Amino acid sequence: MEAKCLECDASVKIEVDAVIGEIVSCPDCGADYEVASLGNGTVTIKTAESVKEDWGE
Amino acid sequence: MNKPTIGILYDRIRWEEKELASRLESRGALAQMIDAKMQVLPLDSSRFDSIPELVLGRCVSYYRGLNIASTFEAHGIRIINSSEVLELCGNKLLTSQILSKNGIATPKTVVAFSSESAMQAIETIGFPCVMKPIVGSWGRQVVPIRDRETAEALIEMREQQADSMQTIFYIQEMIKRPPRDIRCIAVGDDVVTSVYRYAADDSWKTNVALGGRTEPCRLTSELEDIVLRAARAVGGGILGVDVMEREGEYVVHEVNGTVEFKGAQTSTDLSIADRMVEYALSLEQISAEKAATSAQA
Repeated sequence: MEAKCLECDASVKIEVDAVIGEIVSCPDCGADYEVASLGNGTVTIKTAESVKEDWGE
Repeated sequence: MNKPTIGILYDRIRWEEKELASRLESRGALAQMIDAKMQVLPLDSSRFDSIPELVLGRCVSYYRGLNIASTFEAHGIRIINSSEVLELCGNKLLTSQILSKNGIATPKTVVAFSSESAMQAIETIGFPCVMKPIVGSWGRQVVPIRDRETAEALIEMREQQADSMQTIFYIQEMIKRPPRDIRCIAVGDDVVTSVYRYAADDSWKTNVALGGRTEPCRLTSELEDIVLRAARAVGGGILGVDVMEREGEYVVHEVNGTVEFKGAQTSTDLSIADRMVEYALSLEQISAEKAATSAQA
């Protein structure tokens, strides 16, 4: 499956075993996306949250 | 009989969350993925019907994970780890206090609450020492201080930040340790794995998130003892206990409430996720039995 990068319009490949919530990166510009929905061979992505000060373990 | 359902509360699906879901399914349970970012929780509800009774908390954002945990708990949902455990582990000052109170060896720490008193705290520890933010992870803003000039520059930089947390100065002695520390993962009453974490070539920090590598570490009885004592001190559950070696003794410097284990998994044949899942299912079974007993009464 593929989605279009919202920044640079490059193709972002989504693995067949991807799950909703997984993070994918654009191979061209490096923008991070979250898999928003999956179904019938289609996928939608949304901009992933950026790392915040309180992120971690 | 219905399959047990365990929630996995996330805000970012990483390898760990996928592995937990997979192991739950391997054990015949259902994994219900709960996106913390999308929850809308009316506080006047008696309970949140869509949320299972037991949830594994896996939020990467500390404040989000802590606050959603306390909201779930207020509505009768059990979350591993509890909000109390998350708060104790997520705030280094609280962790240090609870470790000291329980007689667990931990680095000498001095805390000051203004830039005016910060230098005195640093001088109390002496050089070299380490300045850390009280909330934060992955080694962010953890700085070695080797001289007064560096200390002054750091204090000045922190003073100029808008975030009030930056004027809480948590100063710790720098432990003379080998170029590694030990990550132990405690699940309930067991230490399921212990691995050395070596710093990357260009760093003194051992965080795997910063490129540190892991190697197997033998779990001695002394190591097991201090790890379990630290885990119990913060309230128990699923915990990443970080230990340093100092001249033949162990020193606990951190307890992580939402442990990442991808790095540790590369140094052990045992499935860490499976042990976590086994623990969660045992708690779920106890809750289900209690509910059945009270329904019969």
